[in-house]
Amino acid sequence: MFEIFLERFRQKTRTVAFPASLPALPPRFRGRPFIDADRCAAAGGCCSCVAACPWHAISFENTKPALDMGMCIFCGECACACPQRALVFTTDWRLASTDRDALVVRPAAYASPRQPGGQGAGLRASSGLADDDDERLYVLPELPITSVTSLAAAFARSFRLRQVTAAGCGACEADLNVLGTVVYDMGRFGIDFVASPRHADAIALTGPAPRNMRAALLDCYAAMPAPKVIIAVGACAISGGMFRRVAPPAPDSIQGAPPQCRPALFIPGCPPHPCTTLDAFLRFLDQRTPR
Amino acid sequence: MLADDVAGLLLAARTEIGSSYPSLTPDIAALHLFERVLYEKFAILPEGHPWLKPVRFDNPAGPGVGEMNFYRIDGDEVHEVAVGPIHAGVIECGHFRFQCLGEEVLYLEISLGYHHRGVEAMLTGGPLARILPLIETVAGDSTAAHAFACCTLLEGLSETLPSPRGQHIRALALELERLACHTGDIGAIAGDVGFLPTSAFCGRLRGDWLNMSAMLCGSRFSRGLFVSGGTAFDLDPALAHVLTDKVVLAARDVQGAVRLIWNSPSVMARLTGIGVLPASVAASLGVVGPPARASGLARDARRSHPLPCLPALEKICVADRGDVGDRTALRYDEALASAALCQNILKDLPAGGCRAEKQEKIYALAPKHIAVALVEGWRGEVCHVALTDEFGHFAAYSIVDPSFHNWAGLAYALRRQQISDFPLCNKSFNLSYCGHDL
Ligand code: SF4
Repeated sequence: MFEIFLERFRQKTRTVAFPASLPALPPRFRGRPFIDADRCAAAGGCCSCVAACPWHAISFENTKPALDMGMCIFCGECACACPQRALVFTTDWRLASTDRDALVVRPAAYASPRQPGGQGAGLRASSGLADDDDERLYVLPELPITSVTSLAAAFARSFRLRQVTAAGCGACEADLNVLGTVVYDMGRFGIDFVASPRHADAIALTGPAPRNMRAALLDCYAAMPAPKVIIAVGACAISGGMFRRVAPPAPDSIQGAPPQCRPALFIPGCPPHPCTTLDAFLRFLDQRTPR
Repeated sequence: MLADDVAGLLLAARTEIGSSYPSLTPDIAALHLFERVLYEKFAILPEGHPWLKPVRFDNPAGPGVGEMNFYRIDGDEVHEVAVGPIHAGVIECGHFRFQCLGEEVLYLEISLGYHHRGVEAMLTGGPLARILPLIETVAGDSTAAHAFACCTLLEGLSETLPSPRGQHIRALALELERLACHTGDIGAIAGDVGFLPTSAFCGRLRGDWLNMSAMLCGSRFSRGLFVSGGTAFDLDPALAHVLTDKVVLAARDVQGAVRLIWNSPSVMARLTGIGVLPASVAASLGVVGPPARASGLARDARRSHPLPCLPALEKICVADRGDVGDRTALRYDEALASAALCQNILKDLPAGGCRAEKQEKIYALAPKHIAVALVEGWRGEVCHVALTDEFGHFAAYSIVDPSFHNWAGLAYALRRQQISDFPLCNKSFNLSYCGHDL
């Protein structure tokens, strides 16, 4: 017993300061992408990034690239391929939105940060991807998370999640699991994982949901009491990710959450960083997170 | 393909087969799943196979997932417990059928395939320009092990030598992965017996190891680190220094956290003698990785089949009882050995670039070749085999995750145990569903 106290004393309290303050992320962390419209135009609309993406997450829209974070695995190939360094991965961890279309990143004007350290402070680009050092700081507008107000009110103080792995590889699951440890201690916000769908308000869905998992997923969803929502965690659950197969035959198409249970919240990443997920959960419940 | 671990040899054999052949499973139990997969994929019938059932249910016209004849024990007092596919925790999916007499489990059958995504089929005809991101998701918690195996294959087939520096950084990522998973699982085992101090400490420490991988490459799961010929990210002396300090600190905390288990008789009583996998059974089922070593089989691909530019592992950790306690202790020993290995790697990183010189050659693979890669991941030996056609494309790409060997070992370990011992046994193996289902 004494030894346990001693060890506890030695290992100290390790719960992260986030969300009370900004999370400490490694410099090489690849977060929300930004495409600088001027630089992109300077490259004359070359399609280097579109061709570089292994998973067709970038498409051409009126001669301009449009990067769908819902399909992106944040490998960074596109940033390396861009001759103008117009496309960068910032260290912004806030990727989630309730609006699927908002996950598409299009070229935008570069805005320099207003004041260092304060509101709207800029974030660096991820280091280690390109050879040149990017000294710029990026300010990205918040992606919309609008939980239906009645839902937010209903779930505000207690939000119970049933995690369903629809053929996820285990990485999204591991970084969801970590939210329950002393490090993120999600329970302090009234958010917890529960064992039964009967006790759940939401499914945190991971994986591309291939044929063999669909029936189990739908059964689980049906077993939940209303109001209920689906939260798609990771590229696979949002779009099928690398396993995306939309072509017929239909039973073998893979596109993430099936049409019968459309997600209300999308959390991109492969896998999303725990801070990305926690930020999404909190904002979904109308709780404030640091900007 | 056969491996001779003692001589460090790989042996290739081939034969012509028609639509059927006499099953080898009755003599060599370790082949039972391989024969089932061959039958499921190519309809080659192993005559006399005692257990010919679907493995991954990948035929849309065939039986639906989980539809098969389960082994059943009849009797007035016997009852059946069915669990899954969706389990209670944050965990992958699979179906378990227990035949129980009261609380005692007489027999456990495990039916998987729910996570079948068709990875091998996606690889055939490749190499895809960017095969690695896909390989990284074969089993998400073994990203480094699978990526390492795939890179080794590609390098072998394109006759490129990996950069020695890159190879060492890869080895570092592999050990960090081992440390994260061993630490996390020891914590989970403690959690399953309700011993919260170790569970809480290890939950945190696991994240610390993952964060070290993120310092290396930006991803907690080493995503994007491995490229053919080396690694995408290098380590400067400053980062190596920071990482060394973190490894030392975290290893010390792991020691402190796990020692609490060894000094708590109530915990040890719960772990000792539970879920025994005798050495003879482990050997005949072909079990690999920590469960094999905990049962006394000195199997470790890092020693028997070291990878290019890397020294062979000096000492294999082994235990002998093969119970949950031994599997826990073994993983603790391995974690500490692995932390020492990380420090060594960080101390003497070879000079030079972290990627091989000739990048463009890498996806030009030798036609009509076969290549094999063996990598000892944290869960055991990861094996990738590729066969190229006359154009240097993959005619077949086959992946054997250690889980593929070990699920049968878990089912065996549960015989004559209490049903409440299942979580403990399960955690001490911690097998991958998607690595099995592909
Ligand atoms: S980072 Fe995303 S968009 Fe860019 S190449 Fe990789 S998958 Fe495609």
